[in-house]
Amino acid sequence: MAQRPISLNSRPIIPREAYGLAGGFLMASAAHLSRLPLWLGTLIAIIVFWRIYLARRSLLSPGKWLLGLLAFAAAAGILIEYRTLLGRDAGVALLVVMLALKVLETRTLRDGALLGFLGFFLLVTNFLFSQTIATALYMLCCAWLLIVVLIGMQFTGTWPGWRQPARRATLLLLQALPLMLVLFLLFPRIQGPLWGLPHDSHAGLSGLSDSMSPGSLNSLILSDAVAFRAEFRDRIPEARALYWRGPVLWDYDGRTWTAPRFVFNANELPVGEPSIEYTVTLEPHNKRWLFALEMPMQRPPLAIATRDMQLLSTTPVRSRMRYNMSSRLEAAYGADDSETVLKRALQLPDGYNPRTLQRARELRRKFNDDRQLVAAVLNDFRNENFVYTLSPPLLGEHAVDEFLFDTRRGFCEHYASAFTVLMRAAGIPARVVTGYQGGQVNPVSDYILIRQADAHAWTEIWVSGTGWIRVDPTAAVSPARVERGIASALPSSDALPMFVRGDFEFLQRMRLTWDSVTYTWNQWVLGYNPERQRQFLANIGFSDATWQKLAVLLFVFAGLAVLAGALFAFRDLRRGRSDAIRAAYDRFCRKLARRGLPRHPAEGPLVYARRAAQCRPEAALEIASITERYVALRYGDSATPQAVREFQHSVRRFAS
Amino acid sequence: MAQPLKNRALNGAFKWLFQWRGPERGTIVLVQRRVFILPTRQGLLYAAVILLMLTGSVNYDLSLGFILAFLLGAAGIQTMLHTFRNLAHLRISAGRVLPVFAGETAQFQLQIHNNTRADRFSIGVTGNQITADYIDVPAEGTVTAQVPVPALQRGWLRPGRITLFTRFPVGLFRAWSYAEPDVQCLVYPAPATPGLPLPAAVAGDGEGGMAGQGQDEFSGLRPYRPGDSPRHIAWKAVARDDTLLTKQFSGRADAELWLSWDALPPVFSVEQRLSHLTRWVLEADVRSMTYGLRLPGATLPLSSGPKHRADCLRALALHGAAADLA
Repeated sequence: MAQRPISLNSRPIIPREAYGLAGGFLMASAAHLSRLPLWLGTLIAIIVFWRIYLARRSLLSPGKWLLGLLAFAAAAGILIEYRTLLGRDAGVALLVVMLALKVLETRTLRDGALLGFLGFFLLVTNFLFSQTIATALYMLCCAWLLIVVLIGMQFTGTWPGWRQPARRATLLLLQALPLMLVLFLLFPRIQGPLWGLPHDSHAGLSGLSDSMSPGSLNSLILSDAVAFRAEFRDRIPEARALYWRGPVLWDYDGRTWTAPRFVFNANELPVGEPSIEYTVTLEPHNKRWLFALEMPMQRPPLAIATRDMQLLSTTPVRSRMRYNMSSRLEAAYGADDSETVLKRALQLPDGYNPRTLQRARELRRKFNDDRQLVAAVLNDFRNENFVYTLSPPLLGEHAVDEFLFDTRRGFCEHYASAFTVLMRAAGIPARVVTGYQGGQVNPVSDYILIRQADAHAWTEIWVSGTGWIRVDPTAAVSPARVERGIASALPSSDALPMFVRGDFEFLQRMRLTWDSVTYTWNQWVLGYNPERQRQFLANIGFSDATWQKLAVLLFVFAGLAVLAGALFAFRDLRRGRSDAIRAAYDRFCRKLARRGLPRHPAEGPLVYARRAAQCRPEAALEIASITERYVALRYGDSATPQAVREFQHSVRRFAS
Repeated sequence: MAQPLKNRALNGAFKWLFQWRGPERGTIVLVQRRVFILPTRQGLLYAAVILLMLTGSVNYDLSLGFILAFLLGAAGIQTMLHTFRNLAHLRISAGRVLPVFAGETAQFQLQIHNNTRADRFSIGVTGNQITADYIDVPAEGTVTAQVPVPALQRGWLRPGRITLFTRFPVGLFRAWSYAEPDVQCLVYPAPATPGLPLPAAVAGDGEGGMAGQGQDEFSGLRPYRPGDSPRHIAWKAVARDDTLLTKQFSGRADAELWLSWDALPPVFSVEQRLSHLTRWVLEADVRSMTYGLRLPGATLPLSSGPKHRADCLRALALHGAAADLA
């Protein structure tokens, strides 16, 4: 073998390695490519295949000038496309294109290793967009592939084929698992962010908003995305009691209900028994509302409760959040609300919905008592041919009039809106409350899953002496909606996400099992934050873990994990087969030596056997057989594990 | 005064740390205590990338980012064990080494034996820290590594401390070990070019003087031996067969040629004399002459053939190192 430099870092990479790097990069950036604009994705693919072509033809990479020009052009394109080079989307686009150029530029082993490491970094950026189980598995595969490529570059002799580095990479990752687990559980967690997040890092989160206009809830109801999950300490209340309170809308302009810009803090929250205790795991929705059953009895940490009983986080919810709650299902509040507050709950825009106003005046004349009036309106909804549907006809300028007297087809937002307008017109303070209603009980692991499709709107009216009470006009029209969920309330012709409907029982069951896996994943993997870490440490008996204690704990367990890996790694450093054969034969010689027949240093096994057999004729056969086996094993090619074991056994049996 | 002391202390520390123990006889086993390991520059880069991943994960609250960073970090630490294991427990023994002339390069051969069940890949063997021979040693296999050492002067040449190193499997760590096998290579004096003409042979058995310039009488070919003059190589045969052959010339087989220290001009230094004597030995051997060598303190009787040639060259190589002559 010829002499080569002591450092191979600057040796050129060979085609096989170039293919590996290009393939690893393509796999690591595949998920990004689907999100990038078409021109950029095409450019990146061209660059990478260009590299593969160069490797096939054993051509050199293009010069610095061309690479610089390409980098500049790509950056300019990204600037035009995204209007910035910062932020999540533009930043990732820039990273991917620069790494593609690095693939093109890679010439030496040193470049190749650097590219592999940057590939790992590229994997992490994928988690900015998705952290599902599928993404995790895919990125694990990518990391494995990159390690295989990195190992493949380190062979200096004959190339043993990809199988060898693949096995080595698998082994490495398996050995890394215990240490990874220790680090994950015990590495001190810091609550981010350390610096400002780009403005677009939370784009595309869906959820309720602070306004409601015709059709705005509709898009939510068609989404089967998860809003939050709730785990009850005791039993789960009946579905019709599950009103998850969200934004409270006060102001109406004839078309849109909006929440007031400023709200006062609540003086006090409802108290007393019985209370329902549960834990909510809220998906990020980039707004401040925290959902709780009506009426919440406590504030989650770092949250405020408003006078109209909304729970607001101090910052928008941008990561999955978990909080303990308790609620009282039947609790009126706000009996002492001031005139100003109530006046706001009576405002109606001028010149809209004349027929509704007329109807309200008639009702007021007929019923002096507010409760009777409410009952009469609900009765009308129940008996007058109103239909609950997700595809209502379009409404014109006097939306409430047209809905109440002409079309009579709509869903919760229409009913809540119309009812609230009617109440205000009749002089009863009323407002719209949006949130979620019901939820799907997951029988697999006993929690309630609330999807965006469970979005709902209802009304609160103020009754003198009692305070605010909930009236759900939708329940009057379609009791099934609040008792059994939205799927049972709709005619089957209405479009609904497939899994919200319970038609396919097997699929539904699978879906729920999968969701409970996802829930566990969210709880224990994605939701493992400083808070959870404290809980975990408390569970294993370190309730007041300071960071010093944590560090000691971390080092002890990390040391144990590395040790475990080391024992595993060194297991095949035991002496090989030929030594085992030798050891057994030495044992045989020692046995004979004890009977006064030591083997002379220069004596060959066959000569020794002849001499031993002459001195001990009674064991001659055995001595000959053992020696024969030994010679065959040591100098022949018959050393199978089985044969070695048999040889060792015969030596052990040999009675000296 | 302080400087050498400090150097000595440092040397002592290295000696202890790296277990420098001078030449060792027999098989050298690279036990775990003899294998050292440090991260490479790439290893530090890898650590930096992982730190970057961790910071990003903290900032963007990416749990999976944490997991990936921890997994890769843990895998990086495991590669340390793999790299260490790739070198540990190898057994090194020195093979035969052929004599060379001063100015040539001695090829030391190291037998590297792996008596474990793990294949070893990409192990570099170097004597000079500039170039290395890279070998793979399969499980329970033996592979020979070459360590070239330039032979600068005649006498015994030792390979010195040889370094075995590896960066396998990922290149994040470099493990190395030192071995100094007790082996030496005989270095003959460099033959003088051009040499002086051979001294006159004396006819044996009283048949009268006869100049031993038998260059004209071609008698056959023999395989090339190091040191043969290029003038005597059969270039036509090389072109035909690609093997180096040396032309032999039959001198007077019965002529007695004495190559004598004293026959050389007195102005020559010791090394120059040895150099010219070496050239004479080679010339006489090529011509299949019967020759003897007279050195101060040693006389090799008249003889011929490869064995005699080697004896003479050895005597010349070790001239002055009386203890080693035996």
